[in-house]
Amino acid sequence: MSKIEIKNFNLYYTNFHALKDININIEDRRITTIIGPSGCGKSTLLRSINRINDITEGVRTSGEINIYGENIYDNRTNVDTLRRNVGMVFQRPNPFPISIYENVAFGLRVNRISSNKNVINEIIEKSLKAVLLWDSIKDKLRKSALSLTLEEQQRLCIARVIAVAPHIILLDEPCSSLDPVAIRKIEELMIQLKDRYTIIIVTHNMQQAARVSNDTAFMLFGELIEFDRTEKIFTNPSKKETEDYVSGRFG
Amino acid sequence: MIKLTPKLSQKLSYLILFLATVLVIMPIIVMIFIIVKNGISVINWEFLSSMPRNGMREGGILPAIVGTFAIVMCTTMLTLPTGVCAAIYLNEYARDNTLTRLIKLGIVNLAGVPSVVYGLFGFGIFVMFLKLGVSIIAGALTLSIMELPVIITTSRNALNSVPYSFREASWALGVSRWQTIRCIVLPNALSGIMTGAVLSIARISGETAPILFTAAAFYVPHLPHSIFDQVMTLPYHLYIISTQIPNMPSNVIFGTALVLLFMVLTMSFVAIFIRIYFRKHRKW
Ligand SMILES: Nc1ncnc2c1ncn2[C@@H]1O[C@H](COP(=O)(O)OP(=O)(O)O)[C@@H](O)[C@H]1O
Ligand SMILES: [Mg+2]
Repeated sequence: MSKIEIKNFNLYYTNFHALKDININIEDRRITTIIGPSGCGKSTLLRSINRINDITEGVRTSGEINIYGENIYDNRTNVDTLRRNVGMVFQRPNPFPISIYENVAFGLRVNRISSNKNVINEIIEKSLKAVLLWDSIKDKLRKSALSLTLEEQQRLCIARVIAVAPHIILLDEPCSSLDPVAIRKIEELMIQLKDRYTIIIVTHNMQQAARVSNDTAFMLFGELIEFDRTEKIFTNPSKKETEDYVSGRFG
Repeated sequence: MIKLTPKLSQKLSYLILFLATVLVIMPIIVMIFIIVKNGISVINWEFLSSMPRNGMREGGILPAIVGTFAIVMCTTMLTLPTGVCAAIYLNEYARDNTLTRLIKLGIVNLAGVPSVVYGLFGFGIFVMFLKLGVSIIAGALTLSIMELPVIITTSRNALNSVPYSFREASWALGVSRWQTIRCIVLPNALSGIMTGAVLSIARISGETAPILFTAAAFYVPHLPHSIFDQVMTLPYHLYIISTQIPNMPSNVIFGTALVLLFMVLTMSFVAIFIRIYFRKHRKW
């Protein structure tokens, strides 16, 4: 059974039809990238998977998104639990203006996952190790998170997500504010994390999609044009639009 | 017609702007100077801590200080929690529909209603209809109605200045909307809310019209026992002694004005201090 199964999914911003009848099956412990020109609905699709779109005014949806067989758009779904299971990292690093330590501890404390100091310390260490940040910042955990470089901040944001133990991690153009060296490092990190999490990345950088992902979805004007193994999308796509886009003849 | 070189016109415009600034602040400085010069001679501990004597011509102004303090405290306790809650609702929860737009428009326009209108309204509603009588609570309720729009507006601005990305980051961790407000939005908006609150306290300390018919008494020979007592207040007392008492020594009048001015200015400085302090310690 695939982990995320999107079925006949539509989304409207008031009257604007932003996602048109999307169908995708995303499998466990793989990296899936969503590519496509700006404004085609990549972020919208990603933000539908943890229902953070709900908060945006005027959003209506139809269809289903099943995660492990459960429709998250069902009325019985607890969105807060859902969002803990489906973590999200944003385009611009957005650490809270508090210490590095408190940033990672925040989700644990507020969600009452644990209030035991030793347990929290352990989870913080584990999460920061998972994003390869621990060795460089273990002595300055009490410093403000905003004193870190952008790349470190983005790693911290990933650690903050990992701390609340999600199964799925969504990343919306996580590298767009980083320099090339930092981008490569974050990409390596994502490949490492693949063994433990199902990862979906939105990117408009096709090299990045080719480098890190197992599967690639190509979107255009709110529609899913093609979804397949990454090699196939980049070497031998079945749709004309996909070929135009990956060969750079489009947008 | 003289042709101005760019340099000269630059200098000229600086000069005009500078003069305009001087024109604005000169009267304030002159006013403060006159009040201090004429009033400082009566300021001593006795003036601040004793009851008026001899038809208010001698003695102190303690009941007016206490009265103003009581009304201001009462008003703040009424407006701050309600105002902040309303601001949270309007800024964080309310959907953008006709009703909320109307409410927001109303709030902005309420701030422009003349204060004597609030005074008459408070007299009709709280003093007469609700039979609270002329009392601290009636005055505080009247001032609250006047101050609420201001508190709501400043609190909303403070909430609004907290970046949306902080909220998103918190929601994405599975933190509920209320917990996000409590743990992320409010702490980061606190300085703005506090600044607004202190400034509004400063403003209501000096208000006269709204308490004229609702709380203020000409003369009360004792300190208030409860919020249902009428009180003397500094602005109203100042009005009385300046206009209603024959042979009033002018240094007492200026001394009273000085105390009121000092209270209001101190609070404004507190507000400025809070703002500067948090600006320096805020990193976003
Ligand atoms: N909150 C919103 N209200 C109305 N339209 C929106 C909103 N967010 C996005 N859109 C529109 O939906 C489309 C898809 O946006 P988005 O998912 O952000 O695209 P992408 O991430 O692929 O660049 C765009 O045309 C955009 O203008
Ligand atoms: Mg986007």
